[in-house]
Amino acid sequence: MPNKNFFETNFSNAINNALEIAMKNDKNVICYGLGVTDPKGVFGTTTGLEKKFGKHRVFDVPTSENALTGIGIGASLNNLRCVMTHQRVDFFLLAMDQLVNNASKWYYMYGGKKSVPITIRLIVGRGWGQGPTHSQNLQSWFAHIPGLKVVMPSNPYDAKGMLLSSIYDPNPVIFLENRWLHYTKASIPKKKYFVPINKAKIVKKGKDITIVSMSYLTPEAIIASKYLEKLKISSEVIDLRSIKPIDFLTIRKSIKKTKNLLVLDTGFKFCSVSSEIITSILEKNHKILKNPPNRLTMPDIPEPTSFGLTKHIYMTHLEIISKVLDILKINKKYLKKLKISKPKFHDVPNEGFKGPF
Amino acid sequence: MKLNLLKNIYREFFRIRTIEEDLAKNYNDQKMRCPVHLSSGQEAVAAVFSNIVKKRDFAVSTHRGHAHYLAKGGNLNKMIAEIYGKEDGCSSGKGGSMHLIDLDVNFMGSTAIVGNSMPIGVGLGLSLKIKKQKGLSFVFLGDGAVESGVFYEALNFAAVKKLPVIFICENNLYSVYSSLEVRQPKNRKIYKLAREIGIKSEHCDGMDSLKIYKCLKRTISETRRGKGPQFIEFSTYRWREHCGPNYDNDIGYRTLKEFEFWKKKDPLSKLKKLILKKSPGQKKSLINIELSIKKEVKESFQRAKNMNFPKKSSLFKDVYAK
Repeated sequence: MPNKNFFETNFSNAINNALEIAMKNDKNVICYGLGVTDPKGVFGTTTGLEKKFGKHRVFDVPTSENALTGIGIGASLNNLRCVMTHQRVDFFLLAMDQLVNNASKWYYMYGGKKSVPITIRLIVGRGWGQGPTHSQNLQSWFAHIPGLKVVMPSNPYDAKGMLLSSIYDPNPVIFLENRWLHYTKASIPKKKYFVPINKAKIVKKGKDITIVSMSYLTPEAIIASKYLEKLKISSEVIDLRSIKPIDFLTIRKSIKKTKNLLVLDTGFKFCSVSSEIITSILEKNHKILKNPPNRLTMPDIPEPTSFGLTKHIYMTHLEIISKVLDILKINKKYLKKLKISKPKFHDVPNEGFKGPF
Repeated sequence: MKLNLLKNIYREFFRIRTIEEDLAKNYNDQKMRCPVHLSSGQEAVAAVFSNIVKKRDFAVSTHRGHAHYLAKGGNLNKMIAEIYGKEDGCSSGKGGSMHLIDLDVNFMGSTAIVGNSMPIGVGLGLSLKIKKQKGLSFVFLGDGAVESGVFYEALNFAAVKKLPVIFICENNLYSVYSSLEVRQPKNRKIYKLAREIGIKSEHCDGMDSLKIYKCLKRTISETRRGKGPQFIEFSTYRWREHCGPNYDNDIGYRTLKEFEFWKKKDPLSKLKKLILKKSPGQKKSLINIELSIKKEVKESFQRAKNMNFPKKSSLFKDVYAK
């Protein structure tokens, strides 16, 4: 029998639900961004909010990314809690001055007088030819800046709980949503709940290798992990959830047990979150691993648009399985035995997806 | 204008001038180890503003923000301590001259990137409207900010939303050492540009306290009555170098003739003359005002010099709020 305290939903409705709860509970929460009140409601994440809470608290805005970030900062200095949304991370790059010079530093550079509780929802594009400037995963940029928090939920439950945590956090939080995750489904609690912004989650227990992942790579890692079981390889999958602060404790504990590490990163390789994880683990104890650590990332090239090119760089559970075998020095001939199924098209989140974005 | 009001403006004006000039005098002791952007010569707008603004109003400012902080009622001792990098500074020694704040008087912050406090002030205006609070948000900017993209963005949003925001642009003709000629089209006026964006705007002589008073009084009362944002461009001039305590008329980016032309307009001495013409008996009273301000400022510097630097343990404090 279905639990009446839970409801079946997807990632984007979970976001919508979190926004509704936050706005209902606190009249100081406001929500704005290009398209939040349009018929598409930012992939359904803001649909219906204007009707429920009025045009003063939920509103569409000019295409002025930098000023709108500063405006959110200013409003938060008078105790509003702003949730600002951009349909692609890449658009938000126009706002780096306000983010890096103001939001992240306001609390520190005025001696702790006033913090900036602003939540910035940024959607990461993927597939369907999103191309060089609609698909970037820049979590390492944001994580580099002291004063910012950065989260990347990978499922509807965490999306709701982490968005609520972000909204009530007294600091600026960069909330990164992968476009493909919007379709993922789960049964989640109806009530308000918080997922902390500093705890990774072990989504699958294992003892032979630790796979640290983030965002849409977590579901892929879980699939990979199931295949690996067939080869009697027990992998522990850790979903980072929070990029900054990062939960090294959980990662270290796992590696102590498995003595092997694979990091999956949706971003470019150079100076990435994966670089930081591997370095931090080794600089604390370089003997903790049995085999050299490894990682899967996007290559250090702009993401091309062509269907014929992205197929060479989009990683799936297949590449993860293969990399695990590499690390554990297991013969690749076993790969064939697994009869791994792959989706028909590499550039869509599901078969129902027909574009255009 | 009533004598009392003139004297109040004079008091504020003389105080800001004295503080800025004492900063210049003390700077070469090498104890203020941060950049300072003095507003000597262009303080008239701030001095008048101080006599019209209400405590509940918000204000934000720029790298050249001492005068605005003080005019809004910001604490003098905490500002001087901040410039000396001391622990009791208004930003606990972490912000310096370019990051001043005094929440007790709703001076919400000055920032060090040209144009970058503009949207902050607009956001404060938005919050007033959403929360249905009384009050205005004042945004101080210079002529350089007009060339940044965020100038358009901030004005556009304030206009679209009809926010209770007043933009006060002090046009001192230079961005660092670059003159307006190389930065903006010759015949385009800043205040007209603001008007075209959709904000009621005007130009005013920033070297004449009476004109400034009339202009600010009228625009502020209009915006208080819900008439939407306004933009005022004040023509003014800084005496000293862009950054630092010295005069720099010798380095060749502006002429001595131009400097002297503006220096002759000194609105502080003009205001003093006006008061004495109106009421010659005020001479002693003005001297008393000046003496007490000089004493206050001197003590403030002394106090700041004797304060402690922030403790090492504060380095990692306040990166995140809890």
